[in-house]
Amino acid sequence: MQQNIEHPKSIQLSKSLKLLSNGFLGIWCLIAVFPLLWITLMSLKYPLDAFSANPLVVIFGPGTLAAGASINLFDLLMVILWVVFAFLGIKRWQAEKILGSKNWLYLGISIGWLFAAVVFTDLSVALKELLGADFFLMTPLLGMTTEHFQSVWIEQEFYRQFLNTLFVTTGVVSISLTVGTLAGYGLARSGSNWAFWILMTALVFRALPHSVLVSGYLPWFINSAEWLRPIFGDAAPTLYGQPWAIIVVLASINQPFTIWMLRSFFQNIPRELDEAARIDGCSHGEAFVRVIIPVMWPGVLTAGLFSILLAYNDYLVAALLLDAQNQTMVPAISGYFNRETTSTDQVEAVAAAVSITAPLFVLVMVFQKQLVSGLTQGAVKG
Amino acid sequence: MKHRTFIGFIGPSLFLMALFIAGPLFSVFWQSLHVTQPIYIQVETEVCTPGFLSQKCTTEIQTQPQMGPDGKIITETKFAGFESYRSLLKPELFLKHFSQQEWSELNNINFYKALRFTLTFTLITLPIVLILGLLIALSVNQALQSFRGPIIFISLLPFVITPVIGALSIRWLFVGDGILTTLFEWLLERDISMFAQGWTIEILMLGYRVWHVAPFAFIVFYAGLQTVSRDTLESAIVDGATRWQRLRLVILPHLSPLILFVSIIHLMDSYRVFEEVIGFRSEAHVISLQWLTYDLLIPDDTGNRLISRASASSMLTMIGIILLLIFPLRRSWREHKLLKRG
Repeated sequence: MQQNIEHPKSIQLSKSLKLLSNGFLGIWCLIAVFPLLWITLMSLKYPLDAFSANPLVVIFGPGTLAAGASINLFDLLMVILWVVFAFLGIKRWQAEKILGSKNWLYLGISIGWLFAAVVFTDLSVALKELLGADFFLMTPLLGMTTEHFQSVWIEQEFYRQFLNTLFVTTGVVSISLTVGTLAGYGLARSGSNWAFWILMTALVFRALPHSVLVSGYLPWFINSAEWLRPIFGDAAPTLYGQPWAIIVVLASINQPFTIWMLRSFFQNIPRELDEAARIDGCSHGEAFVRVIIPVMWPGVLTAGLFSILLAYNDYLVAALLLDAQNQTMVPAISGYFNRETTSTDQVEAVAAAVSITAPLFVLVMVFQKQLVSGLTQGAVKG
Repeated sequence: MKHRTFIGFIGPSLFLMALFIAGPLFSVFWQSLHVTQPIYIQVETEVCTPGFLSQKCTTEIQTQPQMGPDGKIITETKFAGFESYRSLLKPELFLKHFSQQEWSELNNINFYKALRFTLTFTLITLPIVLILGLLIALSVNQALQSFRGPIIFISLLPFVITPVIGALSIRWLFVGDGILTTLFEWLLERDISMFAQGWTIEILMLGYRVWHVAPFAFIVFYAGLQTVSRDTLESAIVDGATRWQRLRLVILPHLSPLILFVSIIHLMDSYRVFEEVIGFRSEAHVISLQWLTYDLLIPDDTGNRLISRASASSMLTMIGIILLLIFPLRRSWREHKLLKRG
């Protein structure tokens, strides 16, 4: 897909059409990135600036500056340097696929930089005393504050929800990949009518709204202590509110998509590979372990990314099947906007939203190629 | 592959899907026909009010939910037939309003409100997503090689973002005197409040969905454009085909399986529209079918969940899925049979 075709002159666009098409692309990129960029800016300002009708106020934050929260040229340079290092590290990793010594250097520096950020504030203050507040590096440049992030993550203990999300996502990815890889391989190598029917049923399952499934679980989950008692005795758990119960549910909901995607991936691995192993006396299982497992990781990685997206982005299942204590990040954010009474609460909701988006940004940054190949090669989107 | 090995490979996946996808469907069907209610008993109580010389006492019969020995309310589950469906569909009201063509009255019944929005949402976003995706793909295809990577990166952002957060981020641009509301007020020279009436919220929801899904269409189409045969294109030019003719007669036919693929995926996904209602907090004006089920499942003020009504709403939603998928499924069955024969 990435092959570079230089079009012959005759196919090339005329100047005006080219201008039009490039202008259109520019507008699309602006629309694509603008809402995310803007909420990031908003989350760094005090409410008066964040919800100002004047875009320049949101960008420069005079109110925040006047309140004493600002960054100077020194801080800004540090942040830019960090972004450049992180970017270079990721680019090199993508290019070489292995972590060579130089890449470790980049990675180390960018992670170290992140930790140093905590020290920066002190460093910045110390430098200010050393050089004097009038020194050009030290004059306040932009109004900016991390207060809302601190309040969300530390005071309101958003890290709890983050850990819940982490637990649920990891669980869903490991279960759905383990089970899905086996099934995908089986379906790819079997030409029977059964395989066809399973795939078609999976397609129908994939179309089901999740609320339909959850209305099926909910009474069973709430009363599970009763109907599980004959099996587990008094230790019978209530499934409602348990993160691991959600993991199994989400992994199952994700199965139809995973098996479609992995099946089409395994179909692209030549049959001759495992047939050769079978001729050498391996059973199907052994052939899978010895020949297929070593070459399947790109496909598994791609399917894994889409499982991560499903589990991480889920609102409905977690909102209905988890109680407030074990809530994951995305449903928990509705708690923020339900009590959005003061304008500070509103900016805190924005900061929580930005916190949820940041890991996804990194995900696209690092795994862009795999995401694209998953969208184009997999038969069904997640 | 032998049958037993096949079962061994797909067994775990089938088990999960049977238990957590097929199973719930049966359970939903059963629940939609049954109602679980507290058992009410009539208790004769003597109520006394203080009076002069003697208390005034009256005995009256009260209806109370019966408590079990552990203090919990005893419930019983009864077969209710289509009662839950009736309470959702309200057939008498529907017929009355329908015959008198009072569409706005019909919109007051939640189910029809949700159905109306879900259908218009699905049908309006589909062509916009297809056309926008195709336009971006065509533009990127002629852009400089070094720009393509960054454009794909930026385009992927709206696609991977958590839907609720994406909807919220657009909401924040418009809410109150939001930055874009101010811009539009300035352009149109009139007061705008995007969240005061249903149709403006609906436009935002459509806009959000197009923003969210167009990247997917773009990337699929862009991949398809890389495989257009250059020989065919060049011979079309030799034959004197204009740019528009080349697009219509060479490129679009080549992309048609992909267009069908994107359409089916988009129909399935936008039919279950839900996160927009949460993110834009539009429940007072605009609701969707999946949100209706969700809302019935959320406990009300007394802690009751309307399980049987939610199940009925789920069953009705599923009828739509079957109608949606019947044609693509028939098509692939025919192709499968052809493949087997040939």
